[in-house]
Amino acid sequence: MAEIHLKGLAHSYSDNPQSSADYAIHEMEHVWHQGGAYALLGPSGCGKSTLLNIISGLIKPSHGSVLFDGVEVNEIATQDRNIAQVFQFPVIYDSMTVYDNLAFPLRNMKVDKDKIDSKVKEVAHTLDLTDILHRRASNLSADAKQKISMGRGLVRDDVSAILFDEPLTVIDPNLKWKLRRQLKQIHERYNITMVYVTHDQLEASTFADKIALMYQGKIVQFGTPRELFENPNHTFVGYFIGSPGMNFLSVEKLASGNGTEFCFDGIALPLDSNQKKILNDSSSSNLKVGIRPEFIQLSAVQHPESLPCEVIHTEDLGTYKIVTVLLGQQKLKIRLGEEQQAPQKTAFATFPSQWLKIYIDEYLVDTNSGDAGDE
Amino acid sequence: MNKVQNNKAWLLVLPVFLLVAFSAIIPLMTVVNYSVQDIFDQNNAYFVGLEWYQEVMSVPRLQDSLARQFFYSGTVLLIEVPLGICVALMMPTRGWTASLSLIVLALPLLIPWNVVGTIWQIFARSDIGLLGYVINGIGIDYNYTNNSVDAWFTVLLMDVWHWTSLIALLCYSGLRAIPDAYYQAARIDRASSWAIFRYIQLPKLQGVLIIGVLLRFMDSFMIYTEPFVLTGGGPGNSTTFLSQTLTKMAIGQFDIGPAAAFSIIYFLIVLLVSWLFFTTITHLDKDKVKEQSHD
Repeated sequence: MAEIHLKGLAHSYSDNPQSSADYAIHEMEHVWHQGGAYALLGPSGCGKSTLLNIISGLIKPSHGSVLFDGVEVNEIATQDRNIAQVFQFPVIYDSMTVYDNLAFPLRNMKVDKDKIDSKVKEVAHTLDLTDILHRRASNLSADAKQKISMGRGLVRDDVSAILFDEPLTVIDPNLKWKLRRQLKQIHERYNITMVYVTHDQLEASTFADKIALMYQGKIVQFGTPRELFENPNHTFVGYFIGSPGMNFLSVEKLASGNGTEFCFDGIALPLDSNQKKILNDSSSSNLKVGIRPEFIQLSAVQHPESLPCEVIHTEDLGTYKIVTVLLGQQKLKIRLGEEQQAPQKTAFATFPSQWLKIYIDEYLVDTNSGDAGDE
Repeated sequence: MNKVQNNKAWLLVLPVFLLVAFSAIIPLMTVVNYSVQDIFDQNNAYFVGLEWYQEVMSVPRLQDSLARQFFYSGTVLLIEVPLGICVALMMPTRGWTASLSLIVLALPLLIPWNVVGTIWQIFARSDIGLLGYVINGIGIDYNYTNNSVDAWFTVLLMDVWHWTSLIALLCYSGLRAIPDAYYQAARIDRASSWAIFRYIQLPKLQGVLIIGVLLRFMDSFMIYTEPFVLTGGGPGNSTTFLSQTLTKMAIGQFDIGPAAAFSIIYFLIVLLVSWLFFTTITHLDKDKVKEQSHD
């Protein structure tokens, strides 16, 4: 059982890092609480596997420290850290049976036979491996193998955290769903801290209570799936989470008859006064307004607040439609429910101001309090 | 039931059949032909059936060299396979030292057989050879031209020097093919170095080791050039292996019939042992599959 604290942690693969580009992980402060189910989400190459390997001790961080329950473990070897790790490709001991595979960590720890037997059977039962317990592990399917590698972590009493490094990559799509549910059940049953690395937002949000989204070696947002969806605090989060990602419009200040307006391509956005004030107070030239495709309303008839736009094409994905429209010179994606009719040619888009998010220098500005970011 | 009979398709196999016939079947049949006849000269040849086969099987000289051959090949495998694995395990994995050790290991494999024999012929001489001189220098009486035990060990050492690299290189490539995740998982599972070797490295090396063992068995069982150059089979018959006995019989004494019969037996032994070894190993894998389908 452990709380994992990353304290002032940074990592560079080069011996003598000069610029920030040399860092795979930028300096960060982060806590994974005991018993939580976390996802570490991000695109390929953002440093999420590096971070995971630092936690498990396979990589030694160049700066800062990793603390398990307040104790620094930087110098403690992987095998003594009481963690288990499941890798992208199933790692099993080919020449052993499933039973021996599960018993292997316990045998290495010289646990007595009866204890091993009961523990292995218990874990096999949880993972639905009982039927194949005495088969050779080498010819099993990928999902069974992946369950075995996870099982080797679960048999140990001393395991305080299980780290998953994109464990479902090689699993058939229809089994992924089943295995994800099983993971969730195991989490509930064993009360173990679990950190799950993935680049798939769906996997992350079904598995985790909280998602840490990584981008260019930083955790840009840490929050529930809902928070990440509704209040992405960095343009990258908006773009990465959601399908399709958030729409961003670069705006500039324009003086008009009734005060200052914020426009793109000469079109003024219906911002509320607070939002305008924040934009007005900013000295930055990198001003963006973001809105989720789900929150733009599209209609064939004009409303007082709506803006005319041109429909470029509509993708019907069965349960929903994605309509691409041209507003000024900007292409926007709008997501409609399956029952909604997509207008042809000319349409009118409405932007509810509560869903318009202000980004200054790529970071969200909280329009309610005026502070940057949520959390 | 409506199977179309079209035997013209056999014609398509004809080119391959001809190729194989010239490369393997016809030369082999010549030997078979000799082995069932007693040939005096061009005009006098008598069919003798399996007599030569019966005769050569009871010749003590051949039995002895067959026994020597099995003992020698067994010893070669027992030394070269574990030694090759050890060398592969100890080789550096990256940097210039890795390239250097690969080149050094590959060197013996590039030297022609008779040159290897010549090198060792001089290297092991007790008067001017470095090895022989040093062994005598440290107080051990060593002379491979006089002492049959010395000769046997010299031939063995030469083979180990020449061919351990092959096993080492095969295992090295096998080891490089093991993903890092296996070692990482083993560390997390707190496996000892022995357990890593026993349960990860060795099983993963199975494929390359089958090839290595087969090649080394066949080659060492057919060894000819190196002992021929080094010791000429002596002293006495201590390093006369099968192929040399055979050559003496066929070319030295011109006993074509018995030599041909023995060639066939020799060939069948190599084939049989290789086949037995190969099927045993692959059968182990098949058993696993069977075991599964029953579950």
